Amino acid sequence: MARNVTSGRKTINTLAAWAIGILIFFPILWTILTSFKSEAQAISDPPIFFFFDWTLENYSVVQERSNYMRFLWNSVIIAGGSTILGIIIAVPAAWSMAFVPSNRTKDILLWMLSTKMLPAVGVLYPMYLLFIKMGLLDTRIGLVIVLMLINMPIIVWMLYTYFREIPGEILEASRMDGASLRDEIIYVLTPMALPGIASTLLLNFILAWNEAFWTLNLTAVNAAPLTAFIASYSSPEGLFFAKLSAASTMAIAPILLLGWFSQKQLVRGLTFGAVK
Amino acid sequence: MATQHSRSAARLMLAPAVVLLLGWMLVPLTMTLYFSFKKYLPLRGDTLSGGLDWVGFENYSRFIGSSAFWPSVQATLLIVGSVLVITVVLGILLAILLDQPMWGQGIVRILVISPFFVMPTVSALVWKNMFMDPVNGLLAHLFEFFGAEPVLWLSEASMESIILIVSWQWLPFATLILLTAIQSLDSEQLEASEIDGAPILKRFWYIVLPHLGRAITVVVLIQTIFLLSIFAEIFVTTGGAFGTKTLTYLIFQRVLESQNIGLGSAGGVYAIILANIVAIFLMRIVGKNLDK
Amino acid sequence: MGQIVLSKVKKAFGDVVVIPPLDLTIEDGEFTVFVGPSGCGKSTLLRLIAGLEDVSSGSIQIDGRESSDAPPSKRGLAMVFQSYALYPHMTVRKNIAFPLRMAKMDKAEIEKRVDNAAKVLNLADYIDRRPGQLSGGQRQRVAIGRAIVREPSAFLFDEPLSNLDAALRMGMRLEISELHKRLDTTMVYVTHDQVEAMTMADKIVVLNAGNIEQVGSPLDLYHKPKNIFVAGFIGSPKMNMITGETAAAHGAHTIGVRPEHIDVSDSGGTWSGVVGVSEHLGSDSFFHIHETGLADMITVRSGGEVGFTRGDRVSLTPRPDMIHKFNEQGDRIS
Repeated sequence: MARNVTSGRKTINTLAAWAIGILIFFPILWTILTSFKSEAQAISDPPIFFFFDWTLENYSVVQERSNYMRFLWNSVIIAGGSTILGIIIAVPAAWSMAFVPSNRTKDILLWMLSTKMLPAVGVLYPMYLLFIKMGLLDTRIGLVIVLMLINMPIIVWMLYTYFREIPGEILEASRMDGASLRDEIIYVLTPMALPGIASTLLLNFILAWNEAFWTLNLTAVNAAPLTAFIASYSSPEGLFFAKLSAASTMAIAPILLLGWFSQKQLVRGLTFGAVK
Repeated sequence: MATQHSRSAARLMLAPAVVLLLGWMLVPLTMTLYFSFKKYLPLRGDTLSGGLDWVGFENYSRFIGSSAFWPSVQATLLIVGSVLVITVVLGILLAILLDQPMWGQGIVRILVISPFFVMPTVSALVWKNMFMDPVNGLLAHLFEFFGAEPVLWLSEASMESIILIVSWQWLPFATLILLTAIQSLDSEQLEASEIDGAPILKRFWYIVLPHLGRAITVVVLIQTIFLLSIFAEIFVTTGGAFGTKTLTYLIFQRVLESQNIGLGSAGGVYAIILANIVAIFLMRIVGKNLDK
Repeated sequence: MGQIVLSKVKKAFGDVVVIPPLDLTIEDGEFTVFVGPSGCGKSTLLRLIAGLEDVSSGSIQIDGRESSDAPPSKRGLAMVFQSYALYPHMTVRKNIAFPLRMAKMDKAEIEKRVDNAAKVLNLADYIDRRPGQLSGGQRQRVAIGRAIVREPSAFLFDEPLSNLDAALRMGMRLEISELHKRLDTTMVYVTHDQVEAMTMADKIVVLNAGNIEQVGSPLDLYHKPKNIFVAGFIGSPKMNMITGETAAAHGAHTIGVRPEHIDVSDSGGTWSGVVGVSEHLGSDSFFHIHETGLADMITVRSGGEVGFTRGDRVSLTPRPDMIHKFNEQGDRIS
């Protein structure tokens, strides 16, 4: 039930919340603004907020110099590939655990989650070695596999929590109606779980896109995604604020938009249903 | 609730995920364990095909005995602990504020959640250069404006800087989860306590905070998992200098920079043990949630 | 065409035996009700017939075909679930058409059958809505519609009315009985409500802890309960059970008399007692009689015009031909 609040208090709430919101968002805002400045105006003292000469020059320079599109394409392939592959493997697994639970189901789920906690650095060299042996170093397929594996527990868990909310009787009804297992998953389960599957896709795409340990350590040139592209701006290019900002904006913009859409699912996804 | 048909179908459909994860866990882990008992310095001519010398627990004792080990554990714990305190405390305050009636709540939510979606390398670089640069950084301008001496953030206040950057990245996560938990609080319960005449601080202490208990635990544990292995933020900003070398980073340096695989692997085993201690607690909590 | 024969069917979950081996034949066209208290295994038995669970041993024959290992989709049965189990993402039309689509029937035939079912069940007005927009009773009809379009050899109902309110339940009870008369197809119906069982069934199967206590027509069970369990379960208010000397005088360990088979009067009866709570329904009156020396309480049902009140001392006379006798094991004597 709604509580009556004086409009005075509402105004104060609004002002405070907006002030803090803008403060937290400010580094992103500042980066976006700076990306449209000339290098001189980017470092001008005192800083200029809005009244500068807006330019798109930085974007074209960044694209030409670092071949941004190749990094972007790598990011899309790696994040997208690992997520889709992960979902294809995880949907049947989640179906099994949600609808045909055995007394080991819980242990399997927890064990899967525990692999997520394996510190990457602990197995860095073996992975490095395996990648060299198998010719996967600096390849997109190699990263697709690794990111699929590190995100698999989250994908399985998210799907599992969504599937569990679907009443088993409905799936049984479809069996009575003559549906095969394949029909049941395609015509009944998937459409009913579509919102959940979509947010699982979205969240894992974001996680894979931002992953910055394996992508930095297992790539060099060919398969390097945007995380590596940005890391290459550490120095000395980092001192060119406008270009750095343009590059940063290009790296985060797609994912920021996706993130805004999926923020509600984020909570359940990342807490494995412990907070709803 | 199942037949033999569906049970065998279920096993078949579960198998790929289990086999893949089992391989992902066991193969590299076994190799790390193996290397941790060997002398393996590729730059000095040690090769896998040439055979490696068994050194027993020497790597373990050397890793722990090195002058960099304890500082790295301290740095790790300091970063994890500080970020946890900052994000949870600010997260609760922010969540309470965002739960109040206001105009444009949806937009504020989007503003607040945004840093979470910024990739770690970008946020580290943006903070390092555009905010913390001692000459052209925005913070330097701000300090000058107030007549203060600009700070050499990443060398003189390196730890604080890293904590600031990482907290900025994780505050949205904490806020969002705590906000969700607050919104599930029964408003009748709060109203009842209001009628009972409980002052606002007491209401917070006795009703809101206990209700948030579970959400806080989840935030703490999940963040701990991720924070124990932060890498890009340090890689891009200080490169492990100025006392910011965490355990993760130390191992990374042993393995990739000094190419001492045996030593690094022993460090890796320590890191795995540390993570597992945390993991056990998280498992308990998530496991309990499963039973409901 | 829709005969179902269970022979030595047993179901165990691990070490827990839910249904000990049992035999049962459900004849073609018969309306059979499984009734029993919750946890008696009646739903499990239905799910075994449906193929949603497999039997631990024994065999199930449907239409003379051995079906114990057949998946649910191959058994030619249709089921109506307690929660209705409609597909929330499909309209009523698509819900009803789903089994036909799975059977790869051609479009024109599907449409014909769906329209026909909609007419029979009065679904036409909301045929393009989704289940979420329907009331409980409407959902129930859609679930039945989805079952009848397949023209199954038998219908299975799993407590289909338990989510409806009392008034609707009565109406649906009649509709299902009507449907059975019209389709003349075997129906197997699970309920915990003995009134539903008595009013709808051709044949009632009383289950307790997985065992079949008795199989028979409603009146069979009422007049000749095989044991104390059935005697107590069928009929409302419950049969009065009397042990001790009074029973021994009848040559039994326990005797049972239904409340409606005891006459109550001012004086001159076989037994006497003091009226406690009395309930007047208008058509009937129920008296709870204490201090009879027979049992804690004897319930008596009499005409609405009988007007004893609390504290009255009354006389009770059981009708001699309506006394049920049971031995020490609880089984009926003679």
